[in-house]
Order: sequence, then structure tokens, then C-alpha cells
Amino acid sequence: MSTKTIKKPTSLDDTTLIDFYRQMALLRVFEERCAEQYMLGKIRGFVHLYIGQEAVAVGAISVLQKDDYVTTHYRDHGHALARGLTPNSVMAELFGKSTGCSKGMGGSMHLFDAPSNFAGGYAIVAGHLPLTNGLAFAFKYNNDKRLVATFFGDGALNEGEAHEVMNMAALWKLPVIFVCENNQYGMGIPLEDSMANPKLTEMAKAYGMPSAKVDGMNVLAVRDATEAAVKHVRAGNGPYFLEFSTYRFRGHSMADPVLYRTKEEEGKYRKLDPILTFGEWLISNKKATQDQLDKINLAIEYIVEESVKFADESPFPKIDDLYKNIYAETT
Amino acid sequence: MAELSYREAMAKALREGLVEDERMFIIGEDIGPYGGPYAVTAGFLDEFGPKRIVESPIAESAMVGIGTGSAMAGLRPVVEIMTINFSLLALDQIVNHAAKIRYMSGGQFTVPLIVRTVTGGGAGLAATHSQNLEGWYASVPGLKVVIPATPHDALGLFRSVRKETDPIMFIEHILLYSTRGEVKDDYYEIPIGKADVKREGKDFSIIAYSRMVNVSIAAADALSKEGIGVEVVDLRSLRPWDRDTVIQSVRKTGRALVVEEVWQTGGFGGEIASAIQHEAFDDLDGPVARLGGLDVPTPYSMSLERLVAPTEATVIEAIRKELAR
Ligand SMILES: Cc1ncc(C[n+]2csc(CCOP(=O)(O)OP(=O)(O)O)c2C)c(N)n1
Ligand SMILES: [Mg+2]
Repeated sequence: MSTKTIKKPTSLDDTTLIDFYRQMALLRVFEERCAEQYMLGKIRGFVHLYIGQEAVAVGAISVLQKDDYVTTHYRDHGHALARGLTPNSVMAELFGKSTGCSKGMGGSMHLFDAPSNFAGGYAIVAGHLPLTNGLAFAFKYNNDKRLVATFFGDGALNEGEAHEVMNMAALWKLPVIFVCENNQYGMGIPLEDSMANPKLTEMAKAYGMPSAKVDGMNVLAVRDATEAAVKHVRAGNGPYFLEFSTYRFRGHSMADPVLYRTKEEEGKYRKLDPILTFGEWLISNKKATQDQLDKINLAIEYIVEESVKFADESPFPKIDDLYKNIYAETT
Repeated sequence: MAELSYREAMAKALREGLVEDERMFIIGEDIGPYGGPYAVTAGFLDEFGPKRIVESPIAESAMVGIGTGSAMAGLRPVVEIMTINFSLLALDQIVNHAAKIRYMSGGQFTVPLIVRTVTGGGAGLAATHSQNLEGWYASVPGLKVVIPATPHDALGLFRSVRKETDPIMFIEHILLYSTRGEVKDDYYEIPIGKADVKREGKDFSIIAYSRMVNVSIAAADALSKEGIGVEVVDLRSLRPWDRDTVIQSVRKTGRALVVEEVWQTGGFGGEIASAIQHEAFDDLDGPVARLGGLDVPTPYSMSLERLVAPTEATVIEAIRKELAR
């Protein structure tokens, strides 16, 4: 992973840059409140926090069109929020409430939102990749210039399904951007202990797919790399593979005591914190003032606080909902 | 009325769909120049072109994924899995994904996906290529399982299946493709979840599906010569399955035998037998009997394979045994 924290010059205007900061900070604060609400017993099941990886979702999703599809795995809160799902609807889903984005039927690992073409978080490692190809296949079939961006972890590349899918996407030039968030672990297993060849972009090469390996702690680098991928894919050239080097600051899920890595290693990556480094960069490059960022952080605290309140006050699904939406006849 | 083979009826059903619905395409292995492993799609590639007849790499999971995702995005995919044995490589996409998406998304996304596949043994293909796994799929909420026994039913059921917006396993039988039957010329549809009394009788009810319907009818014909009236109910779909027709038949005859080709242990017939004994208990004149496939991996040698699935003779024997009880 690159240790460079110096961002290259950008042509983006200050408003856009500050909004990147705002979004990343929202993801961070939202996840911190999730952890707290999980400890309070308000959220059940597995909760996989996105803390540390915020630059990937925010940078990558920023260059997609509203009508493109996004799919992702179970570590999906960040992608959902970056896609524009409201903190209220995501928090309510985590609380299992009927006002949640999946009406309380999916939970943390299965966020869905049709209006924003957020076609799902999926909890089977690599399981969303085959159907991601299908979404892209439909665009191609209809001569539609839209594309699908799919997020997954490094560990997903050890699943056979991932390879069936990359081959098929490349063979048929499907409009898919494969976004691999390499946080260097699949649960507790370090990448190099699970992969014969840990150079992930070489897998893309094997399928004749263009690829890039990019610093995933740098929101601008993520954005630029994804923009290049979008350009390639939207022009009808087939899929593109992006590897973003990143690190999750917390355990794999809330249930993980993190016994498999050292405090030194964690400390090293904490210094690369995508939000802190970007905030510093904004200030030192006179894109924003500390005061501006403070105000943003305060506003976010309020928004997230409201989402917890909203979730708390929302109703649970009704008993009747148990049998709803299994089939068309039961909707 | 025309007489069609089961293969021809399926080809007619698929062709109709492709002609009527631009959103429909077929994806499968060797469905193009090869014409389909069971020759159902012979000539389709020339007729409809490669956009609609999609030749897939040998990758069942990715293939079903194309179906699931494109269905979510509004297309009407038909995924052909060469045989049900190979569908095991796509179980994740079928069971964990296609079957769950409507529910888990709170109804926001739907999966109008048809998976066509081929079940059954009896063709000398040994243990990996001769399984009946329809019962497994029938236990999954979110899937529908349709399993026609005749050319008439295959066409009529497929017409209904095409209008559904849920994932459906459409399960054909390897030994039925060359069987022939009357098919009405006028347009008709057969609703999913309606069983069909294929042969009436007053003394004994057989509940069967797929190829076992034919086997049961042959047994019933033979027994009628001895004055034993056997009714044969063809379920036609396993999920949903038609309790009313089954219970009604058993109320009339007072006797029931469930015949299926799947391994009897854990077979879907257990579900039917249990419903009968519970709902028609007072009308039963004897215990509900079951006849399924033997609990063995299907052997290769003809001398042994012929013992595995129920036959006309074993069905007759089973009914005689029950009547003599
Ligand atoms: C098919 C399957 N196997 C195992 C699991 C359990 N599991 C959940 S997440 C995970 C690790 C995945 O790691 P990676 O793809 O790198 O993503 P990350 O969690 O690091 O973001 C495992 C093994 C699962 N959900 N699905
Ligand atoms: Mg990982």
C-alpha cells in the first residue's frame, strides 16, 4: 500500500472537495454510532463497520450516474450512504424497523434501495458478483449506456464465483466496474496467507481486463481512478478492475476481538486516516478552514443523532409482514 | 389437436416466448450450434440470433447470476442448466440470491427468472448424472417448482410461468423428451399450483409427478383389468402444491400411495403423505404408503439401475400389498 498522503493537484472546485470531506465524515460518525447502538443491544446480528475505508465508497460513487447500479457486500453502510440513502433509512434498517431501507427484512448486511439504484448489499462472499453481471447484461441487451459498480473485498477473490464472473464479464464486454477494497484481511486471515498470488490486478490481467491499483486512503486518487474506469466502461469497452489499498480500523465485525494483528500495524494505518489526512490537506491548500470543517462535523453529529432517534421511534414490522414479499401474490 | 413430443412442446413454448416478448432471452451451455443437449433449442440460434440465444461458458453460477441480475433489471431470462446435477454449482445463486431478493429488499426488487433444467435417471449415466433434486428446491420459500409430465402440460405451464415475476425452477425429465401426447391447437394456459387428475378411479389414489405419472398410469391400467380402480393425480408443481385436489381424491378413494423418483429419504413425497394423513385421516381406510427411489447413488450397470426408480411392476406390487393389509 502506498504511504503517500500528499494529494496531487485537482481540478475539482472547493464545494465538491468539501462535500467529499462531509460525506466521509458522515460515514465515520454513522458507523461510530452503529457500534454504540450495537453495544446497547439496539442492533442485532453481524455488523461490519466501514471505518477506515470511507475514501473508497465516497470517491468511487461520486463519479457514477444516478441511474447506474451499485451492488456491494455486507460491509455496506458506507456504500449506501455514499449512494445517497438517508442515514434515517439505514439506521432504521439496522434497528429492524419497517421504515428501514429494506423494511426491516434485510438488516445490516442486506441494504437495498430501488430509487437510488442501490441493488443491494449481499452477505455471501462473492455471491453478488454473478448477479452484478446480470444487471450489466441487461444494460447491454437494451443498448443502454449505464453501468454497474460492484464493491467487494480481497477475500472474495478466493471464491470460484468471482472468477466465473470476471471471465464472463470480459468475454461479453459487460459494463461492470469491479471495485476491490483490499483491506488486507478476510476476517482474520491476512491476504498473503490465503492467496497464492497476492497481486490482485494480475487476476484481472488474466481475463484481459484493464486494471489499476490505487491508494484507497486518498479520496481524490480513488475518484480519479474510478473516473478513468467509468470512461472506459461507458464507452462500451467492457469491464474494468480497480484495486484500492485500504485498511479497516475496527474488527471484521462487532463480534471480532481482533487477535490476529498488532497494535503497531493498526497505529501505522491510523496515521493514514482518509478523513484526517484529507481535512489537513483541505486546510493547508486553503480549500477550507478549520472552522468550516468543525461546523460540518457538528452538523453531522446532529444528523446521525436524529437518525438514531428516528430509528428508535419507528415501528417494527407487523406480524403480517412475515409472509409478505415472498412471492408476487404475497406483496 | 396435434400430437407433439415433450421436446417439441417445450420448443414451441420457448419459441412463443421469444417471439412475443422482446425481453426474453435464453442462456445456456451448448444451446446454439449444438442445438441444446436435448435438442430442445435446435434451430433457435438461426431463428433468433445470438442476442436472444446466448451461448454460455461452462459456469453455472455465473450463468444463473446473469439470469438473476437481468431479471432484476427488467428482462425475462430463461437459464438452461444442462441437467439438475449441475445446478448444484449454482445453488448459491438460486437459493441464496434469486429466492431471497424480493423478500430481503422489502419487495423493491423482483426476480422474474426461469431456470429450466432436466431431472431424472434411467439413461445409464451413473451416480453424478442421474439424480432427482426437485424436492430440495421445493423446500425453499421464494422459489416455485414446476414439473410437467406431458407435452400438453409442458406447453400450458410454460405459458403461465412466463408471466410470473418470481424465480421458477422448470424441471423437465430426461426420459420424457421423446414421449408424445395430444396438444390442443387453441391457446390455453395451465395455472401453477393446480394438480391434474390424469386418470380417474374409485379404489386407490396415486399421487405422482414428472415421469412417475406415466409409470403410475401404466400400473393403474393394469390393475383396472382386475377391477381395481386407481386414480392418478399429477401434482404438476411441487411449490406451490395442490392440497385440495390431493385431499379430495383421497377422501373419495380412502387410500393413497405417493410415488416419486427422488430418494425416498427426505423426498418431497413425505410432505404430501403427512398432509394426507393429517387432513384426510377420517377418510382413510389404510395407512398412506410411499414409493420412492432407492436410497443408493444410481449405479451404472443396467442390471442394477433398473431397480432404482419405481416401475409399473413395483407400483402394482405396492398397491397390492396395501390392499392385502
Ligand atoms: C461464502 C461465504 N463464506 C464465508 C463467509 C463468512 N465471511 C463473511 S465476511 C468474510 C471475509 C471476507 O473478506 P473480504 O472479502 O476481504 O471482505 P472484508 O470483510 O475484508 O471487507 C467471511 C469469511 C460468508 N459470508 N460467505
Ligand atoms: Mg478484506
